[in-house]
Amino acid sequence: MKVGVVTFPGSLDDVDARRAVTIGGNEAVALWHGDDDLKGVDAVVLPGGFSYGDYLRCGAISRFAPVMTSVIEAAGKGLPVLGICNGFQILCESHLLPGALIRNDHRKFVCRDQRLRIERVDTPWTSAYAEGAEVTIVLKNGEGGFVADQPTLDLLEGEGRVVARYLDDNPNGSLRDIAGISNERGNVVGLMPHPEHAVEDLTGPGTDGLGFFTSLAEKAFA
Amino acid sequence: MARVVVDVMPKPEILDPQGKAVLGALPRLGFDLVTDVRQGKRFELQVDGEITPEVLAQIEDVAGTLLSNPVIEDFEVHVEEHSVAEVAHEAGRA
Repeated sequence: MKVGVVTFPGSLDDVDARRAVTIGGNEAVALWHGDDDLKGVDAVVLPGGFSYGDYLRCGAISRFAPVMTSVIEAAGKGLPVLGICNGFQILCESHLLPGALIRNDHRKFVCRDQRLRIERVDTPWTSAYAEGAEVTIVLKNGEGGFVADQPTLDLLEGEGRVVARYLDDNPNGSLRDIAGISNERGNVVGLMPHPEHAVEDLTGPGTDGLGFFTSLAEKAFA
Repeated sequence: MARVVVDVMPKPEILDPQGKAVLGALPRLGFDLVTDVRQGKRFELQVDGEITPEVLAQIEDVAGTLLSNPVIEDFEVHVEEHSVAEVAHEAGRA
């Protein structure tokens, strides 16, 4: 499959994401924030970083980039979209996912290997995992606290839309230890930790993140 | 030229770590009367022409889509009245 990775001004992990896409057995296609052409890709990754310097709010300005108009429209038709860290923030600002990410409750940037439980595995990004799989993936963020009102949190839990949950310590004050969520259909997934940094033994804590990039090949999303 | 001010504040139920950091620093200045601090943002929009209800409605729209995130923030819009003297003073400075 062809997987587009968008580069915004201030994206940091676009190259790592493209590399992870390739290692996962798919073809990586570079997409540019200022171009609304998705180049016929079968899926899109919005990578981590500090797009637009995190000015205004994280992801708030990227949400209005020309490429996002196309991504939002295509996501509505079922295109698989994965937002990692800053990409997750952009998906929330775009209202493709509910809730918002705010500054970590302890006010410090956190960078560590984080244990997670994968709870939703019927998405094009997580089908390679067994339900309840416990994995270790790099986490690095300053504004990773997931918040939403109680009815929204109850809805996410009730519909099984919590994709990943923090194990051990909650690293950033996210409500109900939520590390990642999906839309109702499951094609749009937002995740605060960075699976693209956990795809090779040489660097990072292992290869537990690889599943996010091999799932696409294993199960084309209907 | 008119100026429209948009004030954006974190919703009361949303944790405001920046406000907490400021609150934590106040006792170091010997200032112990303050019991809470919430930190928000103020946007000053210079607008060409008259502020009609239609223009104000557009600004409300901008405030609710770009300037604030309704999930975590509330906003208020108000038109700032410039005194003639103040405008003249600014023009003189420029």
